Amino acid sequence: MSNLTKPDERDAAFTKPLYTPIKRRSFFMYAGATAGITALTLAGCDDDSDDNSNFIDVGNGDVGVLNYAYALEQLEAAFYAQVIGGNYYATANAAEKQIFQDLALHEKIHVDFFRQAIASANATPLQDLTPDFSTINFSERSSVLNAAKTFEDLGVAAYNGAGQYIQNPDYLTIAGKIVSVEARHAALIRDLITFNSFVADDVVDFSTTSDTARQEKSKRPAEVLTAANMYLADGSKLSASNLQ
Amino acid sequence: MDLFKVISDIEKVDPEVYERFDTRRRVFKHISGMSKAVTAATLPGLLGTMFNKAYGQTSALPQIIVDTLNLALQLEYLERYYYQRGLDTPNLIPAADVPAITIIRDDEVGHINAIRAVLGSQAIPDPTAAAFDYTAGGRLTPFANAANFYGTSQAFVDTGVRAYKGGAVNLMGNKAILTAALNIHSVEARHSSHIRLLRRGGVAATADLNNLNEKPKSWISGTDNGGPVPAVTRPVYAQGTDADYPAEDNVTQANINVQTSSSAPTGLTITPAAASEAFDEPLDAAAVKAIGRNFRSAVGAAAGLFS
Repeated sequence: MSNLTKPDERDAAFTKPLYTPIKRRSFFMYAGATAGITALTLAGCDDDSDDNSNFIDVGNGDVGVLNYAYALEQLEAAFYAQVIGGNYYATANAAEKQIFQDLALHEKIHVDFFRQAIASANATPLQDLTPDFSTINFSERSSVLNAAKTFEDLGVAAYNGAGQYIQNPDYLTIAGKIVSVEARHAALIRDLITFNSFVADDVVDFSTTSDTARQEKSKRPAEVLTAANMYLADGSKLSASNLQ
Repeated sequence: MDLFKVISDIEKVDPEVYERFDTRRRVFKHISGMSKAVTAATLPGLLGTMFNKAYGQTSALPQIIVDTLNLALQLEYLERYYYQRGLDTPNLIPAADVPAITIIRDDEVGHINAIRAVLGSQAIPDPTAAAFDYTAGGRLTPFANAANFYGTSQAFVDTGVRAYKGGAVNLMGNKAILTAALNIHSVEARHSSHIRLLRRGGVAATADLNNLNEKPKSWISGTDNGGPVPAVTRPVYAQGTDADYPAEDNVTQANINVQTSSSAPTGLTITPAAASEAFDEPLDAAAVKAIGRNFRSAVGAAAGLFS
């Protein structure tokens, strides 16, 4: 795409413009132009992703976003429930005990909230997911903290990346209410691992002058779920191919 | 799909289409940088983003977006000059914390630059440091010591988090701008987490549930008893203009009582405090401005800051 050139010759047969060229500003009267282009390309593209028959799809529309969030919260809640039952927590200092209690509570509250909110929207909440935490050593502080960092940073990137798919303003506000709490978690966990890493260039664009200067590196659902699926058992792995 | 055909068609109604891409070549940097992530599923969204970027900034933005971003800009300037003055004040910030405060200052600079780029000529002028009164009319002494400095810092950053959260719905008409604002919002929340960590005494210190004013958690618990200096900071944690913007101790989300309807993990109890901590609350523009007006100087007032 970087070789984009003017295709004067490419469309020799397509000579006469159908429309009279219009001035720059008038173009924006066609407010739907961009959305239309996206829809057109959608129609023209086949879904060539791998066989997703063993994946649970979170669905589409606002309910799809809610179920996407519900899935990630389930993963986090299951993780922290296991942390506070594990050997690292048992020997942690008072400060870290207080932190992990709060994290376990917050994420469980999020899970129970989403399940009810989805049902209240006359939709079906995603099934209970089965995690696979076999790569995490719940007796080892660094293993627990690094996994927590992964989950919290991923959650922030996921909520930020999904905001644009939400149609109902109330749901956008709900997502905003939760994502800042996740960001508070993420920053603290990162500080526990390396002090002063609450913001760093793996999660934030460190340029001060770019379009995305000092902004969180939000992620699209496909990227988020590739990471999340590493912690979900077969049969509980997720896809979000209909969240656009 | 034939991208060239699409662009060729656009050219028929907009002869300047190639110029737009030429002068905004960075659009393509985003795409090449994301090449690994580009699949048939993501390509259409990416193209949408590309055209948004090529065209987005040349159109007149809706007034609600301009107003929302300009309020955010005022808060960013409030913070940006605050951290600058802190860094410039001798013996104020402990050496170990200078890197963090420098990061936060630079984050605000980046946010200002990014928001100004979106607003273009519709951005407010740089109010300059002279527009702000960080003593809130003589009620605070933020540059007297580190504890005071971090206390006022917490009030600013928590106001910012609530303001971006409240403003998000105003940006829904422009997905690129909405996403940028969300990506700033979470960075502000990360700042708050770190400032609160410093205030309670670092990574080994527990929060004091009987003195959340001075030893807070990294998240807002209830209303944090009014925050660092309740006489000034209580509105930062209180209800906004109406019930759509509840106080931070709110436990009802989408008509669901998240305390009583949730079951606790084994061994724990879901208290009202825990339920409130799990959700931050938005603040409306009028309430944000009222907080901001505490911190404007005569120069700022004359310039219409937070009006």
